[in-house]
Amino acid sequence: MALNYYFGIIFIVIGAAFDVFGCLGLLRFPDVYNRLQAGTKCVTFGTCGILFGIFLLNGFSGLGVKALIGIPFVLLTSPVGAHALARGAHIFGVPLWKKSVVDQYKEDRGDKPRL
Amino acid sequence: MESLAGILNFCFYSLIACCFACMIRAFRGKSIADRMVAIDIMGTLAVGITALLAVIYKRSFLIDVALAWIFLSFIGTLALAKYLAHKTLDE
Repeated sequence: MALNYYFGIIFIVIGAAFDVFGCLGLLRFPDVYNRLQAGTKCVTFGTCGILFGIFLLNGFSGLGVKALIGIPFVLLTSPVGAHALARGAHIFGVPLWKKSVVDQYKEDRGDKPRL
Repeated sequence: MESLAGILNFCFYSLIACCFACMIRAFRGKSIADRMVAIDIMGTLAVGITALLAVIYKRSFLIDVALAWIFLSFIGTLALAKYLAHKTLDE
């Protein structure tokens, strides 16, 4: 068995572990914004790790190259969606956690009407 | 090759468990934004699950499903966020 199999398995296991910890944070964190931060970053990196491991397992075949193409798509779309969700939740008026210390987006927006 | 299939199956079932965790959050979430976050993350998890299925069952078309799922999840998340911010879907 060649070396790329071992590295592919290692990348896939690391990606699955990141997904598990991201979903654990999604369950355990106290706030919408904390959950968004935990879930989105961990799950994005975990999915990229799984796709890169699949590329290492299959090499430059059809499946491997498509998995490699999927990595920048995930990296581009998932943070943009998370940012839009955070902004929408803040404008909607979802309260922060009671132990949060700073809310700079609210200070920036001030008393301006809703966009 | 046997241990390889076992490890891939273990990763697959752990991702299924992650999807159940997201569904728990989607049912229990206090605000509407919690449910949207859970659905968004479940969309990203489904990409990994579909890609793993393509390797486990050696079906090459499943990776195409994963590539399409990325964009569908992205557009769905943007529509939900725009609804959350503006409460209309007009613009």
